[in-house]
Amino acid sequence: MSFDFDSLIAAINSAYPGAVKERIEYRGETTLIIDKDRISSVCGHLKGTFGFTFLADLTAVDYLEIRTPRYEVVYHVHRFGPEIDENIRLRLKAEVHGDNPKIDSVTHIWSGADWLEREVYDMFGIVFTGHPDLRRILMPEDYEPFPLRKDFDVRDREASKRSFERALREGGD
Amino acid sequence: MGVNSNSLLGGDGFITTTIEAFANWGRKNSLWPMPFGTACCAIEMMGVFASRFDLSRFGAEVARFSPRQADLMIVSGTITYKMASVCRMIYDQMPEPKWVIAMGSCTCGGGPFDSYAVVQGIDEFLPVDVYIGGCPPRPEAIIDAVMKIQKKIDLEGAPIL
Amino acid sequence: MERVEFISQEANFNADTGIRTETMMLNMGPQHPATHGVLRVVLYLDGETVVKAVPYIGYLHRGIEKLCEHITYQQCLPYTDRMDYLASICNNIGYILTVEKLLGIQDAIPERAKTAEVILFELGRIESHLVGIGTNALDLGAMSAFLYCFKERERIYDILETVCGARLTTSYPRVGGLPLDLPDDFEEKVRNFLKVFPATLAEVDSLLTRNRIWIDRTKGVATISAEDAIDLGLTGPALRGSGVPYDVRKAMPYLGYENYDFEVPVANEGDAYSRFLCRMEEMRQSLKIIEQGINNLPDGPYAADLPDVVLPEKELTYTRMESLIRHFVLVYEGFKPPAGEVQHAVENPKGELSYYLVSDGTGKPYRMRVRGPSFVNMQALPNMVKGRLLADVIAAIGSLDIVLGEIDR
Repeated sequence: MSFDFDSLIAAINSAYPGAVKERIEYRGETTLIIDKDRISSVCGHLKGTFGFTFLADLTAVDYLEIRTPRYEVVYHVHRFGPEIDENIRLRLKAEVHGDNPKIDSVTHIWSGADWLEREVYDMFGIVFTGHPDLRRILMPEDYEPFPLRKDFDVRDREASKRSFERALREGGD
Repeated sequence: MGVNSNSLLGGDGFITTTIEAFANWGRKNSLWPMPFGTACCAIEMMGVFASRFDLSRFGAEVARFSPRQADLMIVSGTITYKMASVCRMIYDQMPEPKWVIAMGSCTCGGGPFDSYAVVQGIDEFLPVDVYIGGCPPRPEAIIDAVMKIQKKIDLEGAPIL
Repeated sequence: MERVEFISQEANFNADTGIRTETMMLNMGPQHPATHGVLRVVLYLDGETVVKAVPYIGYLHRGIEKLCEHITYQQCLPYTDRMDYLASICNNIGYILTVEKLLGIQDAIPERAKTAEVILFELGRIESHLVGIGTNALDLGAMSAFLYCFKERERIYDILETVCGARLTTSYPRVGGLPLDLPDDFEEKVRNFLKVFPATLAEVDSLLTRNRIWIDRTKGVATISAEDAIDLGLTGPALRGSGVPYDVRKAMPYLGYENYDFEVPVANEGDAYSRFLCRMEEMRQSLKIIEQGINNLPDGPYAADLPDVVLPEKELTYTRMESLIRHFVLVYEGFKPPAGEVQHAVENPKGELSYYLVSDGTGKPYRMRVRGPSFVNMQALPNMVKGRLLADVIAAIGSLDIVLGEIDR
């Protein structure tokens, strides 16, 4: 790829000193570890200055007992180009601590992040500050656990059953 | 059908039968399914309604999406706990007599989804008449299930009122 | 539902007539024929005009991502079928490509397998678009187009059935290539399909493209601008219908798509009719790709020569001890990709499908994330129907061509 990631990192670091903590190359993909508190500004910069107008994906990974901080929020941002090698995809990661996990929302940069952030909240319990409508999206609203956390058993149906029985009693969902 | 072939009446275009048998004969040959399709199985169910397999050959092509106009509920696709209360509510809205087909492994017993969100078999909250295995079952299996329901109506019947 | 913001009744006060009307809440779904599964939309209506639409999803959330953390990479394959079940084969191939990228063995995949995968991928695209168009037409009252589309789907089912034995949930290729060589009549069946399908396409075309009712119901309905579409992250016909020529097959080619001659159809209006036209043209382009693929289908091996990843041939498993042990280890423990993470995107019929796999060096994925195109595309619905008529909601949902298995996973 002809894209010069070094100058991109330098530009981000000069605008927000220390924002890019690390750069990882693996299987032809570039990953930048971003300081959690700067994620919103870095994303805004990437969109505004470098033309990463498209948020391809937003998710999280739980590294319980493997790493601290426990969570990583993962962003895949994309820049369209008329030519093949001008299509750039970049992965950003921000580490989030396990107790009271919180990170800034990027919904004001890409509105498509809305549901993606809600899903991460639903599955991991990571709170996105500044999100306009942060509530559960896939699981019922009265569901308590966060299913994709590593300390949640995949066959634990108790909470689902409770929510089902309540819905049956009260009608509606 | 329990036709009483009385030789005194035969030959003149008469048949004698009980009202119950007559009603069940009608029910059996004009099932109005309510396709409760949630996932992959629903696509195969659409395939059964479409031209190649054509469920209308068995008198059951009038798919009604309103439960109040249906007497056969075909639950096709995974039922999650979030969906289960809806499924039960729709079943309750169907008028008697009514029958239920559990189509596909998910409805029979959770299928491949042994997880926190999926009901391990819809018979946890619904009375099921015919189960169809398969992920998804072939259209022929669905036709077979409809014929089994017909047989069941024929043998057991249902009260008229 | 109680958290939906309160809509002021003052807004509905008509000063001319002095009549105060109320906003009506209408619940649509999760069991509704036009929601393509189990989508639920809560509509706030002022007369027949939609004031606000709030989609609720999750009625088909089965926890696929969590389930995949407990099984080997190869065992995850059947779960990918059951996400976008209208084009299972595309999901399968997308997943296989991601695992191959994680293992770093893309270059070892033989050409025969790659070409076969391209053919099957494009068949999957046609399969999905047929349902997309057929059900959209069905929802808007054109029943016959649906029957034509499903008739043609059966032909694709036949091809898939000869290849892998299943009609709908294919679970077909394996990491490293194909599990078995293509059946002898594969080429003949695909050629036969190429011969008959244009006629059906022309029939659907003549039923809908210049149909006055269809045009009235879809033109200018559910519009979205290019800027909004990019901002929301839409992909597939939903994005290309708004004039953005983004197609993963061109932008980040995989399976050697850069060697095929095809075009990316784009329409500029951004309405339901544009998306329909995109899908129709995409099917024609897919036929072109399939034809190129079947003409250049090379002979040779169908799976990579990688003993650590690919299962040994069945005969060898039955006759040789080493192969039996290898088979056992590969099935029981699975292959072990090095620790690391990759994301791979493919152009699914509905948009960009990408898998994000995190490996911790064991035989099971540490995290498997699926970015389903329908999940993101669905977000456009509230914008599309705001201020429109209630009947347009049906047209909008149909034209987005969502599949709930992928939204909820």
